[in-house]
Amino acid sequence: MLLLLQAAAAGNAASHPLSGTVAEWLWLLPLLPLLGFVINGGLSLNSARFGPADPNTPGHHPHSEAAAEAPAISHAEQAGAVGDDHHVVKRHRWAGVVGIVGPGVLILSFALALGMFLRMTGAPMETPFVQTYFSWMATGDLSIDAAFQLDQLSMIMVLVITGVGSLIHVFSVGYMRDDPGYPRYFAYLNLFVFFMLVLVLGANYPVLFVGWEGVGLCSYLLIGFWFSDKANADAGKKAFIVNRIGDFGLLVAMFLLFANLGVLDFIGVNERALQLQAGGALVTAICLFMFLGCAGKSAQIPLYVWLPDAMAGPTPVSALIHAATMVTAGVYLIARSAVLFSLSPAASLTVATTGAITALFAATIGLKQWDIKKVLAYSTISQLGYMFIGVGVGAYVSGVFHLVTHSFFKALLFLGAGSVIHAMHAAYHQTHSREDAQDMRNIGGFRRFLPVTWVLMWLATLAIAGIPPFAGFFSKDEILASVFERAHGSTLATATWLGIPGSVLLYIIYGIGLLSALLTAVYMTRMMLYTFHGPTRTGAEEEKHLHEAPWVMTAPLVVLGVLSVIGGWLNLPEVITDLIPLGPRETLGHWLEPVVGAATTRISAGEAHASATVEEILIGVAVLVAVAGILFAWARLKPARLVRKKDAVAEEGFERIVAEKYFVDEAYDRAIVTPTYAISRNVLWRVIDNGLIDGFLVNGSAAVARGFGWMGSRLQTGNTGTYAWVLVIGVVAMLGAFTLR
Amino acid sequence: MLAESLALTAALFTIGVIGVLTHRNAIIIFMCVELMLTSVNLTFVAFSRFYGAAGQVFVVFVMTVSAAEAAVGLAIIIAIFRHRQTINLKDINLLRG
Repeated sequence: MLLLLQAAAAGNAASHPLSGTVAEWLWLLPLLPLLGFVINGGLSLNSARFGPADPNTPGHHPHSEAAAEAPAISHAEQAGAVGDDHHVVKRHRWAGVVGIVGPGVLILSFALALGMFLRMTGAPMETPFVQTYFSWMATGDLSIDAAFQLDQLSMIMVLVITGVGSLIHVFSVGYMRDDPGYPRYFAYLNLFVFFMLVLVLGANYPVLFVGWEGVGLCSYLLIGFWFSDKANADAGKKAFIVNRIGDFGLLVAMFLLFANLGVLDFIGVNERALQLQAGGALVTAICLFMFLGCAGKSAQIPLYVWLPDAMAGPTPVSALIHAATMVTAGVYLIARSAVLFSLSPAASLTVATTGAITALFAATIGLKQWDIKKVLAYSTISQLGYMFIGVGVGAYVSGVFHLVTHSFFKALLFLGAGSVIHAMHAAYHQTHSREDAQDMRNIGGFRRFLPVTWVLMWLATLAIAGIPPFAGFFSKDEILASVFERAHGSTLATATWLGIPGSVLLYIIYGIGLLSALLTAVYMTRMMLYTFHGPTRTGAEEEKHLHEAPWVMTAPLVVLGVLSVIGGWLNLPEVITDLIPLGPRETLGHWLEPVVGAATTRISAGEAHASATVEEILIGVAVLVAVAGILFAWARLKPARLVRKKDAVAEEGFERIVAEKYFVDEAYDRAIVTPTYAISRNVLWRVIDNGLIDGFLVNGSAAVARGFGWMGSRLQTGNTGTYAWVLVIGVVAMLGAFTLR
Repeated sequence: MLAESLALTAALFTIGVIGVLTHRNAIIIFMCVELMLTSVNLTFVAFSRFYGAAGQVFVVFVMTVSAAEAAVGLAIIIAIFRHRQTINLKDINLLRG
């Protein structure tokens, strides 16, 4: 079959610079993880014990009050993630094979992607390299091919997915080693990478949508990986259902595209989109529906609520799916549809405004979270908001740039948190403690026990806070600078949004961006202080068991640490290279030029960059804000005063509102979930299902049949005389009919 | 000549039909059915007088069949009587719906 696929692909795009090169193996990129999924899935079926540890296993803590209070994560990870010295470790019998196959296919995929990348750097290409495999659906005017395309944007995404993905897979080898569901875990993870690659390689919206749904499925499966705990299964369902709302938007956008443009492949849409009236209602509707899909997948207001709950999954899953790759699919989709968004200033401003509000909103919640993974979850939502500000103001390069750097430092932060949680679990496990292993009030002072993790996480924290010269500084600064630039002159600045002039709105977004940057620095410093500094609150007995993770877990951290430091070199701004000759400037910008260049130009309306002085001031302000945030947190927060979770008093007033996440979940519960239940039970079930369907349609049709049957049976009197009468009357009638005719 | 013959057979047939419809006793009904068969035989004979001997051949057939039918029918009536001590058709209505 592989040969067939390649033979089918060989005929296409003969004149393209990439044809006949290693890029012809494009189909192998997603196929390798799929192969891993098949192998690991097969091995997972071949196991005596399936699923999470059962309560009789030695490595399982019984349910506790602590677990009941913080239901989702802590307990579940205790059940699975931790090895054990004095208990018999129940490793999966195929753990060795799985540990090689799982990361192996990803590393192979990454090597292949690297080969293609090197080819692409040598062969400048203006059009995407498209491989068509077979006609997927062809009915009437609709003709959709199963086709992949490789262009500069896909290439960046593929490198991030396979590169960061490989590191996280390697980390998982150590982190999940002693979980009874080890092969199942890697099967899901491989399947996720397969769908993610389909998403970014698809040459048309329907193929992208297959990947889009597929990653949603894998996200669901991995959030509920320890599904025997109901909270985890519920979190998975929540993610799935909330994403359905977004997917509806994406579907409608696709229908509108097809109905009005007649095509769904990216090349065709980009060509024909220019026929649409710029700024018209139609293109705005298409973009807004598409953005609804992005808001679901990328956890933006109002559909962000699933992402914090998604932390119920294993920590490497949070790193890969819910920080580095899947949740950035929305940013990718907007960059991919840049032509459409550039035609609609209203939709673009909506994207940017939503991103800004989300960035600020999530950052404030992050300030008061105690669960280390929840802090990172809200931080992810906030950073995704930044990316949407970037792509919303038509600075597609900066959005993608932040996507890439964020995948480095956020993956590092999550894996570092995983390393901390791993140590906590190991310690609690030895002492049979039932405390919450993810609550920062129970951690503290870990720099003494996990020095490598400590250093690396500080690097990532500085990167996300925007301290030069770390990766996040360049990408975040570029987004803020782009907003400022657009406010000065662009199609966005001259447009109005809900009655607000575009330029005013952009200045507000810039201000919100700065404020979020400040809060980012504060909550990240807070997390680092409470986790790694001050006294250790884990407990005297537990402290003896705290230790750094094995090399298989720290090595990926080191690589990500290096990337978090040097990631900014991908796209050095001109203003900095003029001051300090660090290297070639705007590499990523030039790289993505063929994909988003035209759209960016259309939005910026040909306005030149802001003057160097203005840009220098902007950078100065951004750095100042980040430093101020870190210093404020450092001066204000006193880890020494923290008490353990069980002794902590509840927050009051506004602090409580923030700690309770503004009660958004509760509001959604009241406004949507409860009414839905009520309508389902009282109307849909009692009236429609019981009354109409069961009562009228099902039993009603039965009653009609029974009525006719009763009437028919009255004819059968069993009395021979009656039959004779009927017979005679019939004969007479027939005779009469024949004679009188 | 033919008309008179046919009138006679029609009268006989009608008497038979009325007998079948009005009586409850299985034996009487049976005899009425025989009467109807006989009237039909008479018709055949009357027609064969004008149109050739084929009708007379049919009569032989009908008589053979009715003899067999009489044997079977009487046997059934006897079996019913043994079973239910009545041959009143009003009481024999097991097939009522």
